[in-house]
Amino acid sequence: MTSYVVHDTAVLTQRSLRHILRSPDTIITTVATPIAMLLPFVYVFGSAIQIGTGSYVNYLLPGILLITVASGIAYTAFRLFTDVSSGIFERFQSMPITRSAVLWSHVLTSVVANLTSLALVVIVAVAMGFRSAAGLLAWLAVLGIMALFTLALTWLAVIPGLTATTVDGVSGFSYPLIFLPFISSAFVPTSGMPGPVRWFAEHQPVTSIVDTIRNLYAVQPVGNGGWIALGWCVGLLLVAYALAMRTYRRKIA
Amino acid sequence: MTTTPAIEIDGLTKSYGDHPVLEGVGLSVPSGTIFALLGSNGAGKTTVVKILSTLLKADGGTAAVNGYDVATQPANVRESISLTGQFAAVDEILTGRENLVLVAQLRRLKDSGQIADDLLARFALTDAANQKAATYSGGMRRRLEIAMSLIGNPPVLFLDEPTTGLDPQSRLEVWRTVQELAGQGTTVLLTTQHLDEAEHLADQIAVLHEGRIIANGTLAELTQLLPPATVEYVEKQPTLEDIFLAIVGHDAPPPTQTTTVRTH
Ligand SMILES: Nc1ncnc2c1ncn2[C@@H]1O[C@H](COP(=O)(O)OP(=O)(O)OP(=O)(O)O)[C@@H](O)[C@H]1O
Ligand SMILES: [Mg+2]
Repeated sequence: MTSYVVHDTAVLTQRSLRHILRSPDTIITTVATPIAMLLPFVYVFGSAIQIGTGSYVNYLLPGILLITVASGIAYTAFRLFTDVSSGIFERFQSMPITRSAVLWSHVLTSVVANLTSLALVVIVAVAMGFRSAAGLLAWLAVLGIMALFTLALTWLAVIPGLTATTVDGVSGFSYPLIFLPFISSAFVPTSGMPGPVRWFAEHQPVTSIVDTIRNLYAVQPVGNGGWIALGWCVGLLLVAYALAMRTYRRKIA
Repeated sequence: MTTTPAIEIDGLTKSYGDHPVLEGVGLSVPSGTIFALLGSNGAGKTTVVKILSTLLKADGGTAAVNGYDVATQPANVRESISLTGQFAAVDEILTGRENLVLVAQLRRLKDSGQIADDLLARFALTDAANQKAATYSGGMRRRLEIAMSLIGNPPVLFLDEPTTGLDPQSRLEVWRTVQELAGQGTTVLLTTQHLDEAEHLADQIAVLHEGRIIANGTLAELTQLLPPATVEYVEKQPTLEDIFLAIVGHDAPPPTQTTTVRTH
């Protein structure tokens, strides 16, 4: 059976990628939220925010990238939820295929969809003045971190996708994730925040990930923060994966 | 012909929380036959089908399909079966043809396109082949689903209320398909709430009631459970179904005929 996991995952991933091609609005909606945030912050509030040297769009983009993924995974959960509630999930589970391929196909589709959305957001940011002198390696490092972050949130999205009973329940879980960057260094430096808020902001994953990407784009050393960011991504991924698999095993038991 | 029954259930129990649904269900289905599981709403028919198709674990008892235990050899069971669930499970965003190709690919068959085209023709879906399944009528969806279940010719087929919500013509089509399959040696277990469906199709009928099989046998055997019949001759009035089928241009018995009926 195991030898077929690649074949089965490929067939099912093709299927869900086709879903995205047939409703590209899911990608457009995904990138609309972060772009709608980029616009006012860059053109309205940005000039009032003290970030030291450099342009505000350069400062803001890393946080916006995280928000893009946070809004994108709502569709990951939604696609899985649709499969479960329509009964096609059960049909697949009753077929002689590698059962976990059903889940993996959704995970891979989520990564592809979110990386596409991220690319679109970066293109818009460039049009709005984002510039980076980063070399290929730094870009690859950013890509790696974003891929890890996407995977972590994707596995998290699998949980409501499998368990939700209503469409609202399935998309609601991503709102706190979209909100998290607001209490981090994504929009303003943490140094101006009041004590407890600042403490939270400096110790939550978004700040270290945002700072690392910012340093990579600015061709600055990432230092220890890079390891902390990587640690958060891998840690979140492992926890989310374990929880999702537990939910999945309960579901198919 | 094998001597092992295609489906063998013994002492099956299942509760949802503290609500018992199955309380010792036992039945045996010889291979190549059509078996109808009758029961009212909530009797537990779907629960039995889900246990047999490895989607749900029983609390107690044993169940085997094609000689494989559903609890310990689920992969072998899945190799042997196809499930058409109670609520049409098709991919609505894909076309009918793409749905069939998908299943053929998942079953790792060569020529998935040819398989899809043959089934589309057989189930009168060729004209709608390239429309999204979301645009299909209830009957077309049901036909598509059954077509999806036939891919790979699994020896055992589960049909959970295959004709609920179908018009009389589609229902007859489904009946014909089921009979054809049984003729080719496929074992079919179907659930239904319609007595006439069980009567018309099944070699063997079981009635599931309050967690147990309260009657099980051929139609003739079940009839014997009733007091002896007296024979009398009456003129048979056409049923509404006969009339419907006649006016929409379908094979139907002549409108009036003399039939022997048994009264009790
Ligand atoms: N997931 C579940 N959780 C709790 N109770 C359930 C669940 N699934 C089914 N039940 C209950 O178990 C009983 C049997 O359900 P089942 O679906 O097997 O009946 P059925 O004979 O198929 O009914 P129908 O003719 O309506 O399809 C019902 O009382 C139902 O409410
Ligand atoms: Mg049912």
